[in-house]
Parts: sequence; structure tokens; C-alpha cells
Amino acid sequence: MSSRRSRISEEEINELISKLQSLVPESRRRGSNRASATKLLKETCNYIKSLQREVDDLSDRLSDLMAGMDNNSAQADIIRSLLSS
Amino acid sequence: MNRKNPLPNSNPNSPNSSMQALHFLQALARIARAAPKPAHSARTRQIRHAAYASMAHSSRSSRRTWSRALLHRLRQWQQQRPGRLLTVRRRVRIVTPITSRPEEPARAETLRQLVPGGRGMEYCNLLEETADYVQCLRAQVQLMQTLLDAFSS
Repeated sequence: MSSRRSRISEEEINELISKLQSLVPESRRRGSNRASATKLLKETCNYIKSLQREVDDLSDRLSDLMAGMDNNSAQADIIRSLLSS
Repeated sequence: MNRKNPLPNSNPNSPNSSMQALHFLQALARIARAAPKPAHSARTRQIRHAAYASMAHSSRSSRRTWSRALLHRLRQWQQQRPGRLLTVRRRVRIVTPITSRPEEPARAETLRQLVPGGRGMEYCNLLEETADYVQCLRAQVQLMQTLLDAFSS
């Protein structure tokens, strides 16, 4: 690990914080100010957790769907959706 | 699409998302071809595994710390016996943990636990990696939802 402690400017941190803010749905409505950094991180954590839960749920539903397919139709459907997107 | 939280447009046609989608579809095709057909729960695990693997392999993310950490975690999962995919017996630390410094916001520690490899990152890097990780997660969710819609129509 490098022992160099680079001086990260506040500006860079703020820039990253506003980028995060633009990604996380709930926080976009609020104005950006430093005091809300904690709030933003909390919302980011919640957002990540909800996205991960969605991946779990969608995996389950995809699994249900694939259970009903035989080999040929599964591959045909996959190819079909590849071409149509 | 009937969704509770509609996702803002994150350009599903960008090359990064295409690589992620392609990787996921190839994995799905492999899962579909498997014979004998796995049990529902096993197939769900495989699909979930494929989802995170495609996120880690997308061209945007392949050089990121979180994607390397995620791939490492996925490999550990695969080495477990089939019935215990989600428990890791030996905790293998691949990064030296950085304890949150007092000036960091209080929630940084939780974020470090959520983002793969987060414990070893400087705060500045953590924010950057988080933004990237969130973008990949969102793209993956959109992709899976699109597939579900396409398959059910």
C-alpha cells in the first residue's frame, strides 16, 4: 500500500458528492450543501441495499420463468431479446 | 414497465451497458442449457451469481477496485459446497482495512461494507467507486427487468 497521503481537496469531495447526488433518486430534489453529506450517504446506502434486493428478486423471477422453458425456446427467446434491444 | 421506483434514463445503449448485457445473456444461455435442470433455488443462485459477474466484467468497471473485490467474492462463493453458497468459512482479507477517520461523515462505515472492497479505500476513492458501483447496479436491474418483460410477452 502506498504511504503517500495525498491532500484531497474539499472541492474534489464536493464534486464526487454531487455526482452521487445525481445518481441517488431521493436526494436529487434537495439542494446540495455540505451539511447534508451524512444524509446523502445514508440515502446512498439505502439505495444500494434496495438495488441489491431488486437483483435478488429479479433473479428469483427469472428463475421461475426459465423453469417453464425447454432448451430450444429459452435460447430462442434470449436471442430474440438480444436482437430487439 | 410497471415499477415502483422508475429509474432515470442511464443510456442503456452505451457500450458499457452492452458488454454487461451480453455477458449476462451468455451466462443465462449457459444456465438454460444445463442438463439436468437445476432446482429452482439453485438456478436462482446461478442467475444472481451471473448478474454480479456481468456487473464486474462490464468495460467501465473492469479496472475498478470494487469489481476486483466482487469477482474475488464470487469465486469464494463458487468454491463452497452447493448447499452453503452464501456462507464463507474463512474470512480472506484482500485489502488492509482503513478505519473511518473522525472527519468522515458517520455513514461512511456502512457504505464501506456495502461497496465491495470498500474497507480498503480512501474516502475520496470510496465516493468515486460508489458512484460507479451504483451505475452498474442500476444497469443490471434495468437489464433484468427488460428481460423479464421480453420473456413474458
